[in-house]
Amino acid sequence: MNKATIITELRALAAEGMPDEPEVVETPASEEPEEGAKKKKPAPPEPRKNGLLELDYVRRGVHVDVQMAADQVVRGAEILDAEGLQLEAITGVDWIKENELEVVYDFSYTGGECFRVVLRVRIPRDEANIPTLNDVFPSANWHERETYDFFGINFEGHPQLENLLLPEDSDFHPLLKDFKGL
Amino acid sequence: MGSQALSQNNETFEINLGPQHPATHGVLRVKLTMDGEYIVDAEPVLGYIHRMHELMGENRTWAKYLPNMGRIDYLSALSYNLGYVQLVEKMMGIEVPERAEYIRVLTTEMNRISSHLLWFGAFVLDLGGFTPLLYAFDDREHILDLLESVTGSRLTYCYYRFGGLYNDVDDDFLTGCTQFLKRLRSRMPMYHKLVTGNVILRQRLVGVGPLSAEMCRKYGATGPVLRGSGVNYDVRKNEPYSIYPELDFDVPVYSDGDSMARYMVRMDEIEQSMRIVEQCIAKMPQGEIKAPKVPKLIKPAIGDYYHAVEAARGTFAIRAVSDGKNQAYRMKLRAPTFCNLSLYQEASKGMLLADALAFMGSLDLVIPEIDR
Repeated sequence: MNKATIITELRALAAEGMPDEPEVVETPASEEPEEGAKKKKPAPPEPRKNGLLELDYVRRGVHVDVQMAADQVVRGAEILDAEGLQLEAITGVDWIKENELEVVYDFSYTGGECFRVVLRVRIPRDEANIPTLNDVFPSANWHERETYDFFGINFEGHPQLENLLLPEDSDFHPLLKDFKGL
Repeated sequence: MGSQALSQNNETFEINLGPQHPATHGVLRVKLTMDGEYIVDAEPVLGYIHRMHELMGENRTWAKYLPNMGRIDYLSALSYNLGYVQLVEKMMGIEVPERAEYIRVLTTEMNRISSHLLWFGAFVLDLGGFTPLLYAFDDREHILDLLESVTGSRLTYCYYRFGGLYNDVDDDFLTGCTQFLKRLRSRMPMYHKLVTGNVILRQRLVGVGPLSAEMCRKYGATGPVLRGSGVNYDVRKNEPYSIYPELDFDVPVYSDGDSMARYMVRMDEIEQSMRIVEQCIAKMPQGEIKAPKVPKLIKPAIGDYYHAVEAARGTFAIRAVSDGKNQAYRMKLRAPTFCNLSLYQEASKGMLLADALAFMGSLDLVIPEIDR
């Protein structure tokens, strides 16, 4: 595993296809409001732009945090796969106020030095489609089925996108914030 | 998928293993497509005890979510307690007194021994040997009694608090632990003589269910399953938390990747956990067991946080998203056996049914943790 390669490649990938923005902002270690802040503050802050952040591992638990577009995520996983990282989990977050769903991919390195990477993708709530990672990491199969269960996110190209934890005939997605209970 | 018979002219048939089956230790169903005694396809069907712990995390305050941690993996509940309180301490920047850290590690490791002992008994039971289960439960009972005396419960512990512990341990507990370690030390050679060296057991396990390190990586397997495939990865060493860096212990690694290797990893881990407990008792500092200033109302700063610990079955991690309120915005629980089981379908192809059950046992499944 080469950290520098991963960071360079992911940074280049996440910057691709973006409008001409100034360089991706690197947060210093101490602040965190990059993805949550937009929810709370009275004046709507800027939504986080796609790009790579190097975070303070001690406070946040991950080293590298990349936000990218939906069609870049397979390439992102391939970069991490080539460097020997494993996919630890996939999950979603419902940002209902922005009418967006976020898909979060956690990667870790098991070959020695601790290195954790998180990829995140924002997709519109009413058109929740994202390509599957199943061909890169077979472990994505179950994680994506679970995320489909809980959020109704459609993983395009998934071989068996059926309910995994919920009953097979259920038609609700309990982790959506507008889920009212049964 | 793959319902072709292994040989031509043969037909396949489907059978259900579970959801109620003694070898699945809980309610796991495996849809088997068989060609005679050989498995063509084995698809695990999950969700029979799904309780939606992640939604509960969004519905209750940070402190009220503590008891849930004892009910995910009920066999190594303290590792889950530890992961959760450490996550909240990380978010809130709470410093934990040293004595509390030592007691946390001591009790977590005792819990790990009890979890591995139960696995040992149940695993050999799966293979048809009844007696070792009774021996293992006898030893495990001592740990449950000891932990009950400090935590108040025998299985679904809720002992750690943000910034410290629920209550302090006394000398009786420490003496009890020392006596128990002495007893277990004298019993381990018996286990190895009775079970490990048994020729029937070896023939059921050696070479059965081989997993390559690459396959473990692709499927996200962790814990003893990964270490049984020759990968030296343990969150306690690679991503140290609590006082583990100050303790001297080894990470057992076996490179064969078969069920026997996973068996040996867990048996050696019992020994290593005993070493950790001994050191904790010897080094146990005096002092407070709770941080002096823990806010009554837990309202972590906005953002998301990740924390991983080594539970008895592998990496348990929590990803929590906070929106600055006293409840989590999102609480993702990453359960180790969920990933460990996901490789079962691919790895069991072409196996004999009896071998597949031995292989499943060697993965050490706890169904409530998979289903969450």
